[in-house]
Amino acid sequence: MTDHVWWMPPNGALHGAAIDRLMWWNLVALATLFVLAHIFLFIALIRRKSTGHDLSPMRWEYLPLIALTVLYAWMAVSAQKLWATIRYQGAAPHALQVEVTGQQFQWYFRYPGPDHTFGRTRPELVSAPAGNPLGLDPADPHSADDIVSSVLTLPAGHEADLGIRSIDVIHGFFIPGMRVKQNAVPGMEMHIHFTPATPGDYPILCSQICGLGHARMQAHLNVVSNSEFEAWIAAKGRKK
Amino acid sequence: MPATFTRIPADVERKDTGIGGKPPVDRRPTGGGGGDDNWENHPNGRRGPRELLTRYRMGLFCALAGDLMFFIALVSAFFVHQNAGHFDPRDAYISDWHPLVVPPILWINTAILLLSSLTIEIARRHLFHEVDVMEEWLGLGRPAVRRASPWMIGTVILGVLFLIGQWIAWKQLASQGLFFTTTQNSHFFYLVTATHGLHLVLGIAALLFALGALFLLRRVEMRQITVDCTAWYWHTMGIFWIFLFVLLTCFQ
Amino acid sequence: MSLSVQQKAPSHRLLTTDHRSIGINYLLLSLVAVTIGTILSIFMRIHIVSPMLKLPIWGVVPPEGYLALVTMHGTLMVFFVLTTAPVNGFASLVLPSQIGAERMAFPLLNAISFWLTTISLAVLLTAFFVPGGAPISGWTNYPPLSAIPAAGPGQATGMDLWLLSIGIFCLASILGAVNQLVTIISKRCPGMTLMRMPLTVWSWLVTAILILFAFSILLAAVVLLLSDRHFATSFFIPPGEVINGFAVDPHANGSPMLWLHLFWFFGHPEVYIAILPAMGLTSSLLANFTRKPVFGYRFMVVTTLLIGFFGLLVWGHHMFVSGMNPYAGTAFALTTMAIAIPSSGKVLGWMAMLWRGRDSRVHPLPTPMLFTLGFLSFFITGGLTGPILAQPVLDAYLHNTYFVVAHFHLIMAMAGVFSLFAAVYYWFPLITGRLMNERLGKWHFWLSLLGAYGTFFPMHFAGLAGMPRHYAQLGGSTSTLTSLMPLQTGISHSAFLLAATQLLFLVNLAWSARRGQPSGDNPWRATTAEWTPVTKGCIARYGPYEYRHSINSADFFQQCAERPEQE
Ligand code: HEA
Ligand code: HEA
Ligand code: CUA
Ligand SMILES: [Cu+2]
Repeated sequence: MTDHVWWMPPNGALHGAAIDRLMWWNLVALATLFVLAHIFLFIALIRRKSTGHDLSPMRWEYLPLIALTVLYAWMAVSAQKLWATIRYQGAAPHALQVEVTGQQFQWYFRYPGPDHTFGRTRPELVSAPAGNPLGLDPADPHSADDIVSSVLTLPAGHEADLGIRSIDVIHGFFIPGMRVKQNAVPGMEMHIHFTPATPGDYPILCSQICGLGHARMQAHLNVVSNSEFEAWIAAKGRKK
Repeated sequence: MPATFTRIPADVERKDTGIGGKPPVDRRPTGGGGGDDNWENHPNGRRGPRELLTRYRMGLFCALAGDLMFFIALVSAFFVHQNAGHFDPRDAYISDWHPLVVPPILWINTAILLLSSLTIEIARRHLFHEVDVMEEWLGLGRPAVRRASPWMIGTVILGVLFLIGQWIAWKQLASQGLFFTTTQNSHFFYLVTATHGLHLVLGIAALLFALGALFLLRRVEMRQITVDCTAWYWHTMGIFWIFLFVLLTCFQ
Repeated sequence: MSLSVQQKAPSHRLLTTDHRSIGINYLLLSLVAVTIGTILSIFMRIHIVSPMLKLPIWGVVPPEGYLALVTMHGTLMVFFVLTTAPVNGFASLVLPSQIGAERMAFPLLNAISFWLTTISLAVLLTAFFVPGGAPISGWTNYPPLSAIPAAGPGQATGMDLWLLSIGIFCLASILGAVNQLVTIISKRCPGMTLMRMPLTVWSWLVTAILILFAFSILLAAVVLLLSDRHFATSFFIPPGEVINGFAVDPHANGSPMLWLHLFWFFGHPEVYIAILPAMGLTSSLLANFTRKPVFGYRFMVVTTLLIGFFGLLVWGHHMFVSGMNPYAGTAFALTTMAIAIPSSGKVLGWMAMLWRGRDSRVHPLPTPMLFTLGFLSFFITGGLTGPILAQPVLDAYLHNTYFVVAHFHLIMAMAGVFSLFAAVYYWFPLITGRLMNERLGKWHFWLSLLGAYGTFFPMHFAGLAGMPRHYAQLGGSTSTLTSLMPLQTGISHSAFLLAATQLLFLVNLAWSARRGQPSGDNPWRATTAEWTPVTKGCIARYGPYEYRHSINSADFFQQCAERPEQE
């Protein structure tokens, strides 16, 4: 993505386009104000022509302030509309369930497997060395077919419903390419949902300081075609 | 650099002392506070004899406002815990809130604290009693001090009793097997009572200081101030306690 | 009592209750803090671009070392520079004289809070030398990372020291605030009605109120966290908590979110505490150097009050994606947009003053005026990104990226520091009876301006490219961040320039203190009372900004005068 060093990485999610557009307009509007203001400051700095009359507060304070208020109001409203559509209601029932777990300093992704239900986890069973980083409880029949992966693979064009957890400290689940960010707070499960559109490899970063490995707590999101996804999940299932 | 706090000459020049100036007794609303005041009407120089008193009170109340925020934050933790819970291995939701019956002795303690508020108030009133203050200011004996000090001592005793009572309450809880860390609720109880207790210890220290001040301070007004501020602090702690008590008993 | 300038150079003592000496002590203290903080930031910049480099004292900085640097840098700068210097330092220095009082309401209390502040700085700095080193969880110290010693190096003793230090700092600030509140309310001289107070005093008034609210809350939060760490309570530790393989506390059931709410309820007012005095000073200096009254004094007062009020209602905008309910996000977004309005109003007022005063202003622009203009520029640049961050849907992308770092360095760090500079250059005569060197000052200004924009403006783009904060190094398993290396290198270089430029300032301080040109009583021909030599009690005759008075030829009327003898 070297061609995007100075800007947001290419967007790969359905809802991303709207966000990018909003971001663009905001930046344009405020950059204009920024330029105007500085031209103004510069003139004020160099010029000193004598002007007799005094200024009217109306023209210099209230009207511009009202204009700015209108601008801010527009921002607030347009942003809230988008925020509501993205965050207010949960995912569609048929969405693909994935459980994301943050852990110093790793992301784990768990798929429910054929039975479509996640097995139970128990904190006291958590042990990465023993190959059970999430503390899956073998006593629970549902947990047998669960698939735990360190890469997040999602089918393009199919909505994904991520349940985001953490088992130790607060992490930040951040996929720049999907315009998605949500903190993973221990003791809570946060749900975000989005639809990856364009296949490709997207970096997943940790955006909340979580200890000495914070910077290297990165993972990959693979957006693939439906058939590839089926193949991948099947392979994973066999490996267990 | 001398290792002492240098006094500013102006500090000594000030005319707020009971000796000379006006006697510190008039009830006129004086300058020293409020924004609406039109200073042009005020005499230059000192703005009425109670300026210093009002200033110290104001300081105290500002500090207490901060203290109030402090307690509010603690209490917010209480409410957060109240609707906390977790899922047990069988995925059944369990509320972690174990209601806690406060030891009955708290009722007695509360009564004691209220009583102490009464005694300190009486002491305070004595120090502002017109006739006595005039007498003291004129240097004929110290009737106000004489009348007030027993009540102060009484307050100290009541305060100590209250603290002992709290200690017993802790012991009773402990004997029920409820220690600091046993449940959310118990450690909130311990924390909040301990914090309040600490405030009271400070209060008692202030009381003792004020007692000493009664006999040592030369200026009538300074005597009034120490007792007055201590009294208001004590009252506020009483009120805080009532809030906490209601919280701990009724909101379980 | 505000003495005439010559006497004003106080026989400066360390242990004193004289408000002016205490003010100077505060400033020296934050000068120490800012020097350390800047050195740390330079180490950070070096580490980001070349992680393997061996630093002079430090040696090779490990990732946790970098996080420790960031945490201490942020803590030093926010608490011990931008809270200590503008609020306590300059308030102690000029607040009493500006309202015509002989001294603070409680001089001894003032001294006590200064010493508490000093102690808390000492405690904070010892964190570097304890085993495990300084805390690594950022100046916001979110639990459980900050609640469990095992969660990382520096989270054991280092974290305790941090909490202790901040606890003491809270006490100190609260006492200071009480003192300032009472001073402003009860010690104004005859004639100094509320609507005659200089805008700096209004700012200090609102600031004191905010401190009273915010720091009490922080103190409570600190107490709760300490009790979590040492008395095995679990206010902030959630159930099923596992730190590197070990279940922490089986029946814990706190919530980290509680800390976030408590901290940010303090944190947001705190940032306005840092900037409000700067706003007041800006209005005063613009009035002084354009020789015209403040444009819309009432308007300025009202906006100050509004900012203070809204400042208490917007804390949630730091938590849009922290697990807060999205509806709450909407609510906080709206209040945040609301607070942008009074701030913008102030900016417009200042612009109007500039425009109106351009025929009558002092020439050539003296250094304090330049730094005031710099403040304006940074406040606008940094402020304009505020409304973007205030939109949850955009903040969901920008949160905790360098975009935020750019935002707050421009509006808080640089704007705040530039107005600090303006204050120092402007009030230096009150301290030493001498003016600071103009030529050095101008170099200092232009180089700092260049360095600051070069350092913090590009950070916007790093943020847009998605680079998170607190990253000890670029790279990692995904290759995207390494492509930011050129950008970050540029930033680092200009940061070196920026920091190096500050040496000019230090040299100027040292040189002018001894050889600077004597200033006389009122070098800036200012109206406010701190410049009026008064020996015993003064009386306020005019409003605070009587410049360019038309009814007679006088260019300005000093607000206060010697009080006529009649008692
Ligand atoms: C006042 C606040 C302040 C100031 C001045 C600065 C100054 C600087 N900051 Fe800092 N910074 C913060 C507040 C501040 N910062 C905060 C709060 C954080 C977040 C911490 C966290 O996330 O936990 C942060 C984090 C932060 C980061 C992000 C680290 C990360 O997240 O990975 C970076 C990265 O480059 C950085 C760089 C710098 C640089 C290069 C400077 C300086 O080099 C600029 C040069 C210095 C000056 C221009 C100051 C000189 C001033 C004086 C000499 C005044 C003296 C006068 C008197 C005292 C009277 N800072
Ligand atoms: C002095 C400090 C200060 C100030 C004044 C502000 C001011 C504002 N801040 Fe900022 N902020 C911080 C310090 C400050 N901030 C810090 C330290 C953080 C990070 C904390 C951390 O995470 O470590 C932060 C983070 C922060 C966030 C969270 C970002 C995130 O973590 O995701 C948000 C979100 O809403 C925000 C918003 C705002 C807004 C809307 C304002 C508004 O008040 C801005 C108002 C100003 C303007 C709107 C500009 C007005 C100028 C004009 C309008 C020009 C007019 C031009 C013409 C007419 C031509 N800030
Ligand atoms: Cu996980 Cu940062
Ligand atoms: Cu904020």
